[in-house]
Amino acid sequence: MSSTAIAAHAEETSLGQPHLKVGFWTFLGSECLFFGSLIASYMAYRGKSIVPPFPHHGPPHGIGILNIPVTSVSTFVLLTSSLAMVLALAACQRGERKKTSFWLCMTALFGLIFLGFQAYEFTEFYHNGLSLQRNLFGCTFFVLTGFHGTHVSVGVLWLLSLFVINQREGIPPEKALNVEVAGLYWHFVDIVWIVIFTLVYLIPD
Amino acid sequence: MDHATPHGEQREHPVPATYLKVAAILTVITAVEVTLYYIPAMRGVLVPLLLLFSAAKFGIVVGWYMHLRFDPILYTRLFLGPLGIAAVITIVLMLLFGHFIQHTQT
Repeated sequence: MSSTAIAAHAEETSLGQPHLKVGFWTFLGSECLFFGSLIASYMAYRGKSIVPPFPHHGPPHGIGILNIPVTSVSTFVLLTSSLAMVLALAACQRGERKKTSFWLCMTALFGLIFLGFQAYEFTEFYHNGLSLQRNLFGCTFFVLTGFHGTHVSVGVLWLLSLFVINQREGIPPEKALNVEVAGLYWHFVDIVWIVIFTLVYLIPD
Repeated sequence: MDHATPHGEQREHPVPATYLKVAAILTVITAVEVTLYYIPAMRGVLVPLLLLFSAAKFGIVVGWYMHLRFDPILYTRLFLGPLGIAAVITIVLMLLFGHFIQHTQT
């Protein structure tokens, strides 16, 4: 369904917009506060760990534990998944069932690759002595990125559900709002990672 | 065709070619960010530049991929209100924990 068709349909509601979309943007607002509190905790305790491992290379701590090249690749993968998501929505709005399935599948696949990178990173960190209980960095880092990873996992399950529904009965353009809302969730996960990548990985202590 | 609603104008969403251009811009910005991280001479301006690039990427994804540039203003308000509160909480908490304060040796 085109955005024009959505708007036409939405005029039936009291807000003049689809309730699903209004409700979902409200939910995303609450998610901003949720991730905001986790990011605030990370930033407040930033650089205050007393025992190693420390996040960044350079003085006063020496060797850092963060692997910027690997995380840069996983960031690129997540950004690419957002492109696949908008292409899935565009295909669904045009009624192109096969393309919708393909791009939904690609988005979920990129999400799974991102989760694979995160699993690798967490395992490496654990073997290098970083755990939830080790220091303030470990505690705030694992909670923040762990909750983000959980959101990505939920997003992958949602996308795969849409993929199965589209394969079985198809998602007609009139119901493209269901794909659009899943897309909003996916892009939100992407923008949270944009913030985490800069604040946690790139900005030194 | 655009539609006026009680909460602003609904404009047509972008076409796939625009999404590809947006993806290219996001990739270039990310590449520049990572490159800056590895240039020691940029240390002095690294933090403001990274924050600027991150904000740009955030704005591009929200504006184009999430369609806030094209959808009624209602959605922007629903999103930016809590986002602003989250940003203020982060900055205040950092202030309370002694960040942004220059420590002097006595």
